[in-house]
Amino acid sequence: MNDFMIKSLFFGMVVSVLSYMAASAIKKKWKHAALNPLLIAIIIVIAILKFCHISYETYNEGARYLGYLLTPATVCLAIPLYEQLNLLRKNALAIIGGIFVGTATGMASIFAIAKILHLSHAEYVTLLPKSVTTAIGLGISEELGGMVTISVVVIIITGIIGNLFANVVCKVFRIQNPIAKGLAIGTSAHAIGTVKAFEMGEVEGAMSSLAIVIAGILTVVGAPIFSHLL
Amino acid sequence: MKYLEQFGIIMAFTFIGEVLKLLIPLSIPASIYGMVLLLIALITGVVKLEHVRETGLFLVEIMPILFIPAAVGVMTSVDALREIVLAVLLAITLVTVITMVATGHATQVLIRLQNRTRKKHRNHNDLGEDTLDE
Repeated sequence: MNDFMIKSLFFGMVVSVLSYMAASAIKKKWKHAALNPLLIAIIIVIAILKFCHISYETYNEGARYLGYLLTPATVCLAIPLYEQLNLLRKNALAIIGGIFVGTATGMASIFAIAKILHLSHAEYVTLLPKSVTTAIGLGISEELGGMVTISVVVIIITGIIGNLFANVVCKVFRIQNPIAKGLAIGTSAHAIGTVKAFEMGEVEGAMSSLAIVIAGILTVVGAPIFSHLL
Repeated sequence: MKYLEQFGIIMAFTFIGEVLKLLIPLSIPASIYGMVLLLIALITGVVKLEHVRETGLFLVEIMPILFIPAAVGVMTSVDALREIVLAVLLAITLVTVITMVATGHATQVLIRLQNRTRKKHRNHNDLGEDTLDE
């Protein structure tokens, strides 16, 4: 079984796409907010691999080509952003201010956790870029001397958690303005959270895309400063 | 020809982003350079919306699927996480929520402040609608 799968380039891709379609169908059928298509798809893929004794490497041999499309897809986030340009112009200061506060608060919280749990410097900087998009966070972790593979995992799980909890957090903490919602999701849960923001609405999605960029750049500048604290 | 042209332009911006990443010694990925450049090109009119729209929105729509391979990779890293499991759990749950709430509220407060000062300066009543303040 594994032998054939290693030779097959499209096995990983088909499993990923079909799992996502199945997850979307499940979401559509039961319509429960906790049914997150991305999370369900990930669980289905892992279950299939475990059940059929297929290793992650075998699966990823083909599936990784899907990941290559992530760069042009992220570039294309400029399109919804452009369609909301008026909103961006009118609220530029509030937008940048909001993302700045969020990014700084996030890194300060990581510092507090590191201090309380007596983390080593390497462990601390591994967690520091956890809210930014994977490609940026990976670079920051590497530069500051963190454990890059763990950073990547933490960043991805952060995105999934943000995607899952976005609705509840916005409701409970009374984040009602669509601009504020989008920025909150993008700043805390990068591109994976942005998927949820687009489900909420066009404004939310565009603002979340914008937050990925600005929070990413602020973290590139801010993380080295925070890194010196511990 | 429409899709071919759109795909070509998107790939060109992706490539330029990659070149910038190689030239600029910062940990900013190619996709971010590409996104900012495409936005500037759209604003300045160098690229028209209809030159990228359908193919671009297709890529944005399939984006969730593109995260699956990397996310499934978490299954191979369970052991590495065990060492700092408490810190990781706090970071991915508590800190994510704190960041979300801080960003959301800071933005809401700033938008409110901004609307108040604008109303003081001039008496337009369409501002509330423009900023979607409730």
